[in-house]
Amino acid sequence: MLLEIRDIHVHYGKIAALKGITASVDEGEIVTLIGANGAGKTTTLKTISGLRSLTRGSIEFDGRDISKMPGHKRVLAGIGQSPEGRGIFPGMSVEENLLMGAFSRKDDASKELAEAYELFPRLAERKTQAGGTMSGGEQQMLAIGRALMAKPKVLLLDEPSMGLAPMLVQQIFSIIQEINRRGTTVLLVEQNAQQALQIAHRAYVLETGRVVKSAPASRLLDDPEVRAAYLGGELGEAAASPAAAPAPVDAPDPGATVTDAPASGAAPEGSEEDASS
Amino acid sequence: MNLSKNAEGARRGPGLSLDALRHWWAGAPGWARWVVYLLLIVVGVLLPSESIGSFMAPSGADWPSMLSSQIAIYVLLALGLNVVVGMAGLLDLGYVAFYAVGGYTIAIFATKYDWSFWQTLVLAIAFSALAGVILGAPTLRLRGDYLAIVTLGFGEIVKKTANNSSYVNGPRGVQGIPHPPTLSEFEIGGVQPLKYGLLDSRPYYYLLLAFIIVAIIFVRRLDKSRVGRAWASIREDEDAAELMGVPTFKFKLAAFAIGAAIGGSGGVVFASQQTSITPPNFDFLVSALILAGVVLGGSGNIPGVMLGAFVVAWLPERFRGLQDYRMLIFGAVLVLMMIFRPEGLWPSRQRKAELAEGTGGMGGLGAEVPGPGQAEAAAEVGK
Repeated sequence: MLLEIRDIHVHYGKIAALKGITASVDEGEIVTLIGANGAGKTTTLKTISGLRSLTRGSIEFDGRDISKMPGHKRVLAGIGQSPEGRGIFPGMSVEENLLMGAFSRKDDASKELAEAYELFPRLAERKTQAGGTMSGGEQQMLAIGRALMAKPKVLLLDEPSMGLAPMLVQQIFSIIQEINRRGTTVLLVEQNAQQALQIAHRAYVLETGRVVKSAPASRLLDDPEVRAAYLGGELGEAAASPAAAPAPVDAPDPGATVTDAPASGAAPEGSEEDASS
Repeated sequence: MNLSKNAEGARRGPGLSLDALRHWWAGAPGWARWVVYLLLIVVGVLLPSESIGSFMAPSGADWPSMLSSQIAIYVLLALGLNVVVGMAGLLDLGYVAFYAVGGYTIAIFATKYDWSFWQTLVLAIAFSALAGVILGAPTLRLRGDYLAIVTLGFGEIVKKTANNSSYVNGPRGVQGIPHPPTLSEFEIGGVQPLKYGLLDSRPYYYLLLAFIIVAIIFVRRLDKSRVGRAWASIREDEDAAELMGVPTFKFKLAAFAIGAAIGGSGGVVFASQQTSITPPNFDFLVSALILAGVVLGGSGNIPGVMLGAFVVAWLPERFRGLQDYRMLIFGAVLVLMMIFRPEGLWPSRQRKAELAEGTGGMGGLGAEVPGPGQAEAAAEVGK
């Protein structure tokens, strides 16, 4: 396993955000964490990249225990992240932003720079534009390109589709697949479960700081509970075959409990996605 | 502070744009830049002359002493504070503490141990940098307003300690601090620029001018280096900087230490010119005025902060004739500036872009208002 997190607990003050998450990412995989708001997806990523410290558990990366390693050293170890809200440096130009991605590297980064421009031709057109003045989609491309500049072994992506138009979402996800094809392992956090499950190999479903389900992504796509909670299942199935209408929310399952709140919260998002695709 | 920024930040006030000048400067050949630098130094050297003073100083006031004991000191301190506030984006409200550490270092070592000016200068720079590290190590884990409050407290602690310590004569302060030793008696244009005495304040001005030039070169080289890029990234988005592999804590500490060292050197010159210092010399007002100078001038931009510090130090003195109203007018000018030109008189282009974007604009100059995704940061600090 390239990245292995074991039973990590993270607290904000006295409030527990993660209550024992165990997950692993193998080399070459795309693994996704899905779940509603407040499930702990972003906190998990931040803990892996070192922005949050854990109170219990361990994180092992590339055979080493990195639980106590400061964040900037984890970059050198091979963890790259495109943070939530993209984290673009607004006053720096596109090129300066990309070069910041190579800050920790001592060697020449011109090859990675060329690769970033090749992956995102849009960025090449806007080299000198200030990062803060770009659109959301361009900023997301910049955030991903910047994270790749450090040649990470695993790329952590925090909601790359947030706030983007459906067409751009498609584009970003196909680029994520392309990055993975070129040999970078990807750990993807998404609220857009439909899209994430389509490109991922494996997935974990998070709920209030715990993993409630883990399975190959394709199986979760068909899982009635997951469909109901995160994919707008009822609406989608109702359109496809009215026979499958019985609400799966109440279906008992020993492995997981799906609450109503995320179901109602996620349903409109999923249905919107259905309409657009 | 941050609350109104998202709404107001993007508003462009009707002010003159310096883009044409910047554009020319960016494309200017090396020799043209050197000519400008030399001209500026010549202006700096000629600044204390009578003809300039007759306009710049109110009648009856001594322009060279205004320059040396107020304006040049403020410009030097603003350069130091600019490293902390303008470059690394850390709001420091207790900057005067380092100025005090410099002043008291020379006061103690020159009067009690007979160290010379130059020896104490080196020691004072080391001590104030150390004070920066001591203040920074425990507090730089805080952000925004929280850091500002702690630094404000530190400034008060240093002053109160001096005020209550019999070792430095408490509120009576330290007297009999020696002037710097005279380096040479040579005379040029009626000035003996290297003879430090009580009567002529121009030599102190030239000493400060030299300090300022050294500080500019030092700070500018840092700003253009890897260190400067690290500071800019911390100022614009600290979490993202850490994710880029920037050791944010170390660089913040370095900014504190360097800013403190520059402030300490200012304190040494101040003490040796005045020959006596008392705790009220290191009042919170000094921190506030220097910060006002940095922000007013355009924090992050070296010529900007020098201009800002000059205005802040000079304006109230120039209009001393207006008596107490001058502070009222001064305050009104600052408020108007913040409305019409929030990025400062002479901002850097990068700063302008940050401010327009609305989130990273003032760096640490404001609370981390828990917006989407930032609630955790606030919760973490609050524990």
